[in-house]
Amino acid sequence: MNTTLNDPMDELAPTTSSEPATEKTERFVKPVAPVEIPETASLSVDAATKVCTRNLDFYYGNNQVLFDVSLDIPEKSVTALIGPSGCGKSTFLRTLNRMNDIIEGTRHTGEVLLEGTDIYASEIDVVLLRKRVGMVFQKSTPFPKSIFENIAYGPKVAGLRNKARLAEIVEASLKRAALWDEVKDRLQDSAMALSGGQQQRLCIARTLATNPDVILMDEPASALDPASTARVEDLIFELRKNYTIVIVTHNMQQAARVSQQTAFFFQGILVETGVTKELFTNPVEKQTEDYITGRFG
Amino acid sequence: MSIHLERDLEILHHDILHMCSVVEEMIHRAVSGLRTPSLDLAGELAEADNEIDRMDVQIEDACLKILALHQPVAIDLRRISTVLKIGGELERVADLSVNIAERGAGLVGNSEIVVSDRLQDMAHLALQMLHRSIDSYVELDSTGAREILAEDDRVDQLNAEIIAALIDVMRTSPFLVEPALHLFSATRHIERVADHATNIAEDVVFMVDGVIIRHRSNAEISV
Repeated sequence: MNTTLNDPMDELAPTTSSEPATEKTERFVKPVAPVEIPETASLSVDAATKVCTRNLDFYYGNNQVLFDVSLDIPEKSVTALIGPSGCGKSTFLRTLNRMNDIIEGTRHTGEVLLEGTDIYASEIDVVLLRKRVGMVFQKSTPFPKSIFENIAYGPKVAGLRNKARLAEIVEASLKRAALWDEVKDRLQDSAMALSGGQQQRLCIARTLATNPDVILMDEPASALDPASTARVEDLIFELRKNYTIVIVTHNMQQAARVSQQTAFFFQGILVETGVTKELFTNPVEKQTEDYITGRFG
Repeated sequence: MSIHLERDLEILHHDILHMCSVVEEMIHRAVSGLRTPSLDLAGELAEADNEIDRMDVQIEDACLKILALHQPVAIDLRRISTVLKIGGELERVADLSVNIAERGAGLVGNSEIVVSDRLQDMAHLALQMLHRSIDSYVELDSTGAREILAEDDRVDQLNAEIIAALIDVMRTSPFLVEPALHLFSATRHIERVADHATNIAEDVVFMVDGVIIRHRSNAEISV
């Protein structure tokens, strides 16, 4: 067992409220010049780097799909990966918790560092890694079990047997996934009976139950109706206060809405990375501009 | 880019250029009217101003529709926000042209007071600034737009000199107070035209370079 990766099951981090400080009314009574509109703390991307890749190349057999990708992912923020189909963004996402390992014939060069530790190092426990770096997929994948069992599954696999503790984790996870109020009276009902949007939030709650640091989301709202999409986006907004989130999306407006950093991939190359609001108003690279304005891709 | 967005942007571009040309003609007529005062000009320009108000609303409507339907980003977003703001600037220039023409009407029958060469120079400079700011929008020329900004200082300087001279006239020739006051106001209006041209130039810099340069010093802007 690797000792450099702490077991996330040790403690379920408490939910903390990090509401931005409200502007004092005095400002409007007695304006100061020059007037500066401060960024809310929650929009900052100056946080420490949680995950980073260095010169990452990735291959499916002889087919190289990622070329020399170096990207820093800041802690407790949302990073959106955008680009046309086949550009390598989902492959890149899956390298961050070694989900590509299950595909035969894949290999990589370069490094993927989680808090400075190379996750591809031989001593890394992949199960433990995936607890710390959870994943939510495009299609919701509830187990054919009760809502309670879906959430309790991860902690149980990790060896937790204490029923009271399991119940606590289930409740905390469902609350964080903004699903608790809708399901608290029917935790023993089948998860398969939930709506599509609820199932996706259930999957997010299931990921949260193992208390990850990082959550990877591969088009989590692409199969949802607008109302469910909005709920998932609201949830991402809340979760980023406590988690580092990386999201792949084809929806430009969604990337612009939910993320603080955006990375644009094209043909396996990381073309441009930037603060989202800047990348969507004034991208540096022509290729990025052409893609996000729909001129190609 | 979707064909719908492309078409909507083309229509918007056409509309704002049409508004530019009408407003430019209005302000030219108003300024010329100071030298050859007319009682009719203000009424004619007020009528044209009604049409400009209608265009202003129509352009704002079109911009909001594009924002809502296409959710544009990058250059498309910057262009639409720029058109929204330029529309507002032009609408105010059109208002000023009516105001200047009204001041011109006040000069009818007052042949004792002359429109100084300095005032004509200032008017020429302000109109040039407006023309060039519109050109810089059409040609996506942020360098040209930045050059316009420095010229506003010259207009401000001429404005101060003309105002001082008019105060002197009022002091030494009290019977000319009324026409001098009309010229005083017209001078202030022309100075405002240069300010609007400056605003348009700043909007063009944002559209082309993605940088907001409002409220910065000239030294910072030229960097």
